[in-house]
Amino acid sequence: MRDVSIIGIGQTKVGEHWEKSLRDLAVESLQAAMADAGVKEADALYVGNMLGGEFVGQEHLGTLIADFAGLRGTEAFRVEAACCSGAAALRQGYLAVASGLHEIVAVTGVEKMTDALGCITAAGLAMAADGDYEASQGLSLVAVHALLMRRYMHEYGATNADFAMFAVNAHRNAVGNPYAMFRQPISKDAFEKARMVADPINLLDSAPVADGAATVVLCPAERAREYSEQPIGVAASAAATDSVALHDRRDPLFLEAAYLSAQRAYQQARVSPADIDLFELHDAFTIMSALSLEACGFAERGEGFKLAQNGNISLEGPTPICTMGGLKARGNPVGATGVYQVVEVVQQLRGQAGPNQVEDPRLGMAQNIGGSGATAITHILKAMN
Amino acid sequence: MTEDFLLLKPDREVGIVGYGAYVPRYRLPASEVARVWKEGQDALPVEEKAVPGLDEDVATMSIEAARNALKRAGIDPKLIRAVWVGSESNPYAVKPTSTIVAEAIGAAPHTQAADWEFACKAGTEAIQAAIGFVGSGMARYALCIGMDSSQGRPGDDLEYTTGAGGAAYIIGPKEQSLAYIEGSYSYVTDTPDFFRRPGQHYPQHGHRFTGEPAYFKHVLTAGQRLMEELGYKAKDYTYAVFHQPNTKFPLKAGQALGFSEEQMQAGLLVPVTGNTYAGSSLLGLTNVLDEATPGDKVLLVSFGSGAGSDAFSLVVTDLIEERRRRAPLTQDYIARKKTIDYALYARFKKKLEMH
Repeated sequence: MRDVSIIGIGQTKVGEHWEKSLRDLAVESLQAAMADAGVKEADALYVGNMLGGEFVGQEHLGTLIADFAGLRGTEAFRVEAACCSGAAALRQGYLAVASGLHEIVAVTGVEKMTDALGCITAAGLAMAADGDYEASQGLSLVAVHALLMRRYMHEYGATNADFAMFAVNAHRNAVGNPYAMFRQPISKDAFEKARMVADPINLLDSAPVADGAATVVLCPAERAREYSEQPIGVAASAAATDSVALHDRRDPLFLEAAYLSAQRAYQQARVSPADIDLFELHDAFTIMSALSLEACGFAERGEGFKLAQNGNISLEGPTPICTMGGLKARGNPVGATGVYQVVEVVQQLRGQAGPNQVEDPRLGMAQNIGGSGATAITHILKAMN
Repeated sequence: MTEDFLLLKPDREVGIVGYGAYVPRYRLPASEVARVWKEGQDALPVEEKAVPGLDEDVATMSIEAARNALKRAGIDPKLIRAVWVGSESNPYAVKPTSTIVAEAIGAAPHTQAADWEFACKAGTEAIQAAIGFVGSGMARYALCIGMDSSQGRPGDDLEYTTGAGGAAYIIGPKEQSLAYIEGSYSYVTDTPDFFRRPGQHYPQHGHRFTGEPAYFKHVLTAGQRLMEELGYKAKDYTYAVFHQPNTKFPLKAGQALGFSEEQMQAGLLVPVTGNTYAGSSLLGLTNVLDEATPGDKVLLVSFGSGAGSDAFSLVVTDLIEERRRRAPLTQDYIARKKTIDYALYARFKKKLEMH
């Protein structure tokens, strides 16, 4: 297996793109990434997307996007793993380059969600849960996470307000990210007064659905400097699964897949959580931030929510998370999110994060999670300078 | 067509010679909808909405408003050569409301009559046509009505705001007008933000899609373009009235065009009437005319889903003072209210189906 590097990144602003279609967004980010990498062709394009068929009536995305980006003829297809589709596509690209099969591979994550009515969006997202045993019983994806959060609060004595700083931190960081959806700070007070969505999850616990696309371009590490002055190495790529249904888990309050994929990634990169300079975690809901920090070894069981206090997770803190706004404030274009996370880690490791720059980072981690924790894919990136 | 001729202005200048408001008596507080459907917890887009009584519909309410307009105009109804009703809640799918109104006010039979449809801008659409009808010399007067008693699906966000009421305007020669029309402009696109198909009782709306790409795009473009064509800025107007589906949208649109809340206050009735659809901006205008003084300029911008906006620039004349008191004021109707609960609302709006 060869080492793999990221030589180009591209992203669209996350938000409500009323005037742009799914293909417009995907092509825009893909062309930006290819321009960044200085390449005009790719051996393969892998597209991460969860709900193109449900939301905009379009499947067959790999070929469609390749064609409209001027890559007709190249290998191209879509990769789907619910909310983890973006990272799954990246892993596919990583494997293709690492195996020696391909030289230049583009990975695009894209989702166009705001053309669909709210009821369609909720029903679509619920497909990330177990259709027979969860969704058909009336559980939406928010409701599944509400069950998790309620149990967590019961077990560990946490309150709603204890989760506020996850959202406050994300919004504070989004202010400095021109690609973020919500570029305004929120207060702890506003969080505590936010309208309930599915008790105990309130509006500001929840990441917004959005439109957006992000792309990375990969090549073998030994050729990276042909294309980029600042290539970023992929130190680890690791995937793991758990049961799709919450009730089938050995311990619903422990994200087994997140744990396994993180452990595999640490092992591959030969690092530990203490070596990670920033962590783009999957904060679809604030409860997932707490559980991810615990599963990935940054906090003890039941202590994840405490890490949000006292600036620990801020840009200047020991464990910076959601450095460009996270899912909460950058926005969550579901199938694109995993690629956005990696693009943001690249920005940080290149020193291109502007006002959000973490001081001299060497290792950054991104973890994308599907459903309520059923699939987790972790990537660890390293600066190569 | 070049963009040199976008301002709509007839050869013969026209204006409003009479106007009349109508708002039904009953009010349903938004908190009552939240109590029934959202356990009392929801952001309320209005304070309350007007609800028609059991014996009221768009025909009866249009007649009330038309009679008020006739009182103010002081003209013989037989001189009205067009009776046009804009609504999306006509009592009949096939059979005009306008003939009922024409007959009731004494304008029939030597008149033209038609119902207009363009979601919430059906009333201003009729006014655009009336400007041409009167401005060309074909008719001395034309009666235009925007009136609705619209439907919101129980539990839907729309149920907070779907109100009832509207206004009637008699368009006639400028020299007889209490407010003359300086010019107007219409802007439309094919935008499916809100619709109701035949046979459906309740409309389908596009949630947040109804905002930026629909309401704001059309209202802001129409308002801005008309002001540009006339060489005006927001500060040149005493009043601005916008279509008001909720309290937030018109205020945000007005601010984007440079208007202050003070300029918009008189024309903003949605907090106490709900969204009266085709009557919405036109009812705001009756309240403005109720308090305006001669020389005041008024910007009126409607919005209809589907989607489009009509913008009008009006100047109030000396005739306003004497005609204003000839009929009940808009605020008289707003003050004449009886609060009902959701149960009575369900009965009045025929929400209960008994099979």
